[in-house]
Amino acid sequence: MSAMNCEEALVLLPVYGDGELDLPRALALEAHLAECAACAAELRAQQALRTALRSAPYHRAPETLRARLQAQLLPAPAALAPRAALRLPSNFLRWALPLAAAVMLVLGGLNGFQAAQRGDAALVAEIVDSHVRSLQMDHLSDVVSSDQHTVKPWFTGKLDYSPPVHDLADRDFALVGGRLDYLARRAVAALVYRHRKHLINVYVWPGSEADRSLQAEVRDGYSLVHWQSGGMRWWAVSDLNEDELRQFAELLKAAAKT
Amino acid sequence: MNEDERARSFAALASLHLDAAYNLARWLTRSPTDAEDVVQEAFLRALRFYDGFRGGDGRAWLLTIVRNTFYTWKARERAGRTVEYEEEAAGLQLMETETEPALHNADPEALWLRAADRERVERALLALPAEPREILVLRELEELSYKEIAAIIDVPLGTVMSRLSRARALLRAQLEVLSER
Repeated sequence: MSAMNCEEALVLLPVYGDGELDLPRALALEAHLAECAACAAELRAQQALRTALRSAPYHRAPETLRARLQAQLLPAPAALAPRAALRLPSNFLRWALPLAAAVMLVLGGLNGFQAAQRGDAALVAEIVDSHVRSLQMDHLSDVVSSDQHTVKPWFTGKLDYSPPVHDLADRDFALVGGRLDYLARRAVAALVYRHRKHLINVYVWPGSEADRSLQAEVRDGYSLVHWQSGGMRWWAVSDLNEDELRQFAELLKAAAKT
Repeated sequence: MNEDERARSFAALASLHLDAAYNLARWLTRSPTDAEDVVQEAFLRALRFYDGFRGGDGRAWLLTIVRNTFYTWKARERAGRTVEYEEEAAGLQLMETETEPALHNADPEALWLRAADRERVERALLALPAEPREILVLRELEELSYKEIAAIIDVPLGTVMSRLSRARALLRAQLEVLSER
C-alpha cells in the first residue's frame, strides 16, 4: 500500500478516533501520523472534543419515573428494581430455565448466573474485546491515578454501585487508573493495573450469587481469571501469564476482604 | 411466553435501559418533565411492540422507539410553538456553512478547548439543533457504534459518519461562540 497523504488521512482521522477504522487503514494512518505533526495535532484536537463531550451530564432516570413505569408495566406489584438489585422469587429459576434464552439474557440479575453456568463464551469474548480496545489510543483510563482514594470516588454518580478499588503497588501491581466500560449489558467499572510491562484490566460489578473461587481461561492468547466475592463479580484479563494473573487475583481478593 | 412472563421480561429490559432511554429523551427534549413524558409514552409503545423484538440489542431497540416517540411528540408540540422552530432554522443555517474537514489550527491554547468545561459543553450541546445533538449523544454519551447508530436513526453508515462530522464541527463552533462571552 502506498503511503497515505494528508488529504486521505484527514478523512480517516475521525473514524480512527472513534475506533471504527479497519486494521489495514488504521496501520497506514498511524504510519502517516508518525511523520505528520499537523495531522497528529488534528487527531489530538478531535480527541479533546470527545473528552469534552464525555464530560456532559449523563442524565439518570428519576426514581419517581422508575416507580411510575413499574406500576404501569407490571401486571402485579412486583419489583422493577434498579439494575443492580433485581430480586427474583426463590423458585423462579426452576420454572425460568425452560423459558426462551432471550428472557434469561434480559434479566440483568441472572446474567452472572448464566455466565457462571456456561463459562459464558460470549461474555469472555466481550471482555477480551474490551481489553484490546482499551489498549488502543487513549481508551485505557478516564481517571488516571495510582491513588485508590482518587479512583474510587471518581465512579460516584457514574455507576449505580461503588467498586472496590485497591492499590497493590507494594506487590508490584500498580494501579494505573480507571474508566467506565460496558459489559454484560450494563455499565461497569474497569480498573487498570500494571505489572512490569503488562496491563491488566479488572472489571467488577455487583453479582447476586454466592462466592465462587478463582477460575481461569485463555482466549485469543489472553489470560482471564474470574471469581465472585463480597457480592461482586470480578474479571481480570491480561496478556500476563495465567500463574501471575492468578497471583494478582488472589492479592486483589484478599485486599478486597480487608 | 404467557402474558405475565412477557410483562416481567419486558419490565426487566425496560429497567435495564431506563437510564439510557431517559438520558436520550432528556437531551432531545431539553426538559426533565418532557423527557419523562416521552419515556413513558415510548415504553408503553415498546411494550405493545415487544412481540416483534427478536432478542439482540435491547438498548438499541428501546432507544429507537424513544427517538421515534420524541419526533412524533415534537411534531405534535410544534403546532403551537413557533419560537422553537425559528431556533431550529437558525441552527440549520449554521450547518449549511460548514465545509469539508480542514486542518484546524490545533493550538492547545485554542479558545474553544479552554472553554470546554462541563457547563459550557452542556450549554453548547443544548444549543445545537436536535439532529446533530442527538448523534453526539448517541456516539459520545451512549458510546454506540456507527452501525448501532445507523440502525437507531435509520440511515446508511456513510450518513452516520457525515452527520457526526458536521455535528462535531457545529459543537466546536458553538463552544467558540460561548467562549467569547
